[in-house]
Amino acid sequence: MGEREARSSGRTGVDASGAQGVGPAGAQGAGRAGAGIAVEGLTVRQPATGRTLLSGVTFEVAPGESVAIVGESGSGKSLTVRAMLGLLPRGLEAAGTVRIAGERVDDDPRARARQRGGVVSLLMQDPFTLLNPLRRVGRQIADGLPRGADAKAEVPRLLAEVGLPADVAGRYPFQLSGGMRQRVGLAAALAGGPSVLVADEPTTALDATTQREVLALVRRVQRERHMAFVLITHDLRLAFSTCDRVMVMYAGRLMEAGGAAAVRREQLHPYTRALLAAEPPADRRLAVIPAVAGSVPAHDAVADRCAFADRCALAVAECRDGVPELRAVRHAPGPSADVSAVRGESGPSAGVPAVRHEPGVPAVRDVRLSACLRATELPAPPAPEPGVAPALPVTADPVLRVRELRRTFAGARRPALDGVSLTVAPGEVVGVVGESGSGKTTLARCVAGLERPDAGTILLGGADCSDYGRMGRDAVRQARRTAQMIFQDPYSTLNPARTVGAALGEALWADGRPAAPDDVARLLESVGLGRDMAGMRPAGLSGGERQRVAIARAVAGEPRLLICDEPVSALDVSVQAQILGLLAELRERLSMAMLFITHDLAVVRQIADRIYVLESGRCVETGPAEQVLDAPTHPYTRALLASVPDGSSGWLA
Amino acid sequence: MTGRSWGVFLLRRLAGTAVVVALLSIGVFGLLYLAPGSVQQTLLGTRPATPETIAAIQARYHLNDPLPVQYLSWLGGVLRGDLGTSIRTGMPVADMLGQRLPLTLALTGYGTLLAVLAGIPLGVAGALRRGRAADRLVVTAGVVGLSAPPFAVGLLLLVVFAAGLGWFPVYGVGEGFADQVLHLTLPAVALAVGAVGMLVRFSRAALIRELDQDYVVFARARGLGAPAVLGYALRNSLVPILTAAGLIVTGMLAGTVLVEVTFALPGLGSLLVDSVTFKDVPVVQALALLLTLLIAAVNLLVDVGYSAADPRVRIGGRPS
Repeated sequence: MGEREARSSGRTGVDASGAQGVGPAGAQGAGRAGAGIAVEGLTVRQPATGRTLLSGVTFEVAPGESVAIVGESGSGKSLTVRAMLGLLPRGLEAAGTVRIAGERVDDDPRARARQRGGVVSLLMQDPFTLLNPLRRVGRQIADGLPRGADAKAEVPRLLAEVGLPADVAGRYPFQLSGGMRQRVGLAAALAGGPSVLVADEPTTALDATTQREVLALVRRVQRERHMAFVLITHDLRLAFSTCDRVMVMYAGRLMEAGGAAAVRREQLHPYTRALLAAEPPADRRLAVIPAVAGSVPAHDAVADRCAFADRCALAVAECRDGVPELRAVRHAPGPSADVSAVRGESGPSAGVPAVRHEPGVPAVRDVRLSACLRATELPAPPAPEPGVAPALPVTADPVLRVRELRRTFAGARRPALDGVSLTVAPGEVVGVVGESGSGKTTLARCVAGLERPDAGTILLGGADCSDYGRMGRDAVRQARRTAQMIFQDPYSTLNPARTVGAALGEALWADGRPAAPDDVARLLESVGLGRDMAGMRPAGLSGGERQRVAIARAVAGEPRLLICDEPVSALDVSVQAQILGLLAELRERLSMAMLFITHDLAVVRQIADRIYVLESGRCVETGPAEQVLDAPTHPYTRALLASVPDGSSGWLA
Repeated sequence: MTGRSWGVFLLRRLAGTAVVVALLSIGVFGLLYLAPGSVQQTLLGTRPATPETIAAIQARYHLNDPLPVQYLSWLGGVLRGDLGTSIRTGMPVADMLGQRLPLTLALTGYGTLLAVLAGIPLGVAGALRRGRAADRLVVTAGVVGLSAPPFAVGLLLLVVFAAGLGWFPVYGVGEGFADQVLHLTLPAVALAVGAVGMLVRFSRAALIRELDQDYVVFARARGLGAPAVLGYALRNSLVPILTAAGLIVTGMLAGTVLVEVTFALPGLGSLLVDSVTFKDVPVVQALALLLTLLIAAVNLLVDVGYSAADPRVRIGGRPS
């Protein structure tokens, strides 16, 4: 009961502050003409369906300042900047005021057109699609130069600014790597000399090491040019490392905002906490990754309450009674005071009001905003329990033994696999990590019989499966019962025309079991889905649900080995935590071995017992997971580890 | 791209085309044997079957030699320009084709020009005004055009514009360039109507897809003007449009058969109809071969067009 009292007294404090709390735009927007971005009350609707996709988004970004908008898919983070820039997809309408460089543009298409390129520019997500594939990159950059600029001088200068040699100008996009394309994209976005730069997940499609280089470049250029910078990202730690301030969105609303360091230290909204907790750490293994059940709701489904209330363990009745406003919670005068405030709150003397306004100091930039009614009384999150990789009997015969596997694709300059050997013991989870082009997916496809190796042997459960083409029907059947595969993209791995039940029934049938409806239901339940889902088609499922169905299909026959090719890299962080939890649970229950392919060292840390590091088709390092990740010996492994965002501001240095 | 790699590319495509034509020529040669009745009877036609004429036919066509030899000697003749003699008229087939080819080429070219001039701008207009009234009109008109058979359109045009309004001549080819153009206009329109429908659909769909691509949004976001952005998108929709254009030209070559008969034009199409009716096998063979060559040439042009439009085709990059 003492806790309850503490809550209510803390609550008074919030209410007091809420009354005087002012949004940053309200405090500053009027007085700061000529500066950065000021967005107020931004709402995006789809008139055809009457749906609202996001509402009440208010923020501002000063020149030279960098702000990250963080959220999962469906949070409205991309729509926010698209609406801000007047680039909404067809059929969507925005309302609210947008000032860019002091000029109100939300009601003036001509002002927008005039500002594009020269005042505000956008760098987009996918380097593989953001450039015109049929035009030499130099000319594409030149297309964005202000009228009268000398392209012959400016294009090489811009290329040099993004760290590319001048001769890149003569190449076509398809002749460049992803990282180089994103650099070209940056050069093109900078061609008009903008004072505001928006980057929409600019590195999500890139390898980890390339991501760090490109982000460091974007940050350097932004500082040098003193641009206002907005970064859209799904990765909270990356936002902490890259930006001065962080805004967290959920279901089309702002949930929390504040300085990157302050938010990193202490999150004032349960959603931010959940999001951060769901991102697995790369430096230690957790027993369980804290995952929140469920998925991001639609904006309108939670129009009358806190959007996170239904998934929030701390929700009280008031949370479902009206939408909580985003309010100033406390200043952060200094890190030590901030931390002590947090400690004081979770300790026994929690009655002290945590909110302290220092009169006369309008340090709006340091104001912590939260849309949680209980922002000041959130209990300290429990420290996640460390996990230990289970000890395995070393005597058992391996379920998979790969020896000297080689594969060269026609027309490729170097082999995709250049003599890779590995073993997987029964019940063991073996991680294979590397960047794109390292051969890790080719390895998985060879083991699954989807690709034929040029040389080398694959022994699955003792049987030679090096060439599925030459195996008899029974041998192939046996191999498929031994090893099953799940793929990266849950959107393309299920047949859209078949119901979930039909897909699973087929998998059971392929295993030689008559598919009684009850078996399908049991299979669904084993991956955490409801029985009623059997009648649905993939189009009606979320990404996480689809991946669960794909996993259910793969484990229907209880294979001894599950080949997982980047099974969580297409999913949101919270869903990723759910799926990793599911895989860990299935592994335990079915004592199934896994060959786990991933580029993400934090993910592999959570699940793998042993790790192989691949680079350019060769295995450069192998060993128990802790050993490889804590004491890497190969420089490539070290480079991979350094490229995992740790949330510190020194990460990009 | 260097001139040398262009040369290599062209040589490769030419060699491919040559192989296709050589394979098809076997089929064309086989027409002689597919015709009903004996080969001698077919080649004799209406002439009396005296021992002398039969001997002459057998000597001329090497009918006593094994089939491959017959084919090779036929092919040798074709390569020297000797396409045989028409059974119906007794004239050398090459001369008959030579007289009629220009008209059919002119008609096809004119029809294609009309189709491109009408179809692509309409498709672009539809794509830019997607979902609005103008777009729906364009799409509907395209469907109507696509579903109207050329001979029916031809008859309708004749009734309305030639017989009714008297703006165009009813038949004949005319004298002098302007008069010829006037005479060919209605047949070319009849040919073009279906092609316009197809081009509208292809160019509209291609442009809509391109306008939704990231690079178009990116180009807009960094301040490129509307004409430059449309230029980006149009250039990228060229490959499907070229594909459609190639199909259209080959379709028109086939369509001339009906349209030339409808408008009483002495082109290859009407020659084909007459020759088939009279079982004039050497002419039919020569026409089939000629059409094969024309269609192969069109496809070659489209291939060259692809590589001119898309550097990934000629430099061999993976499309991404």
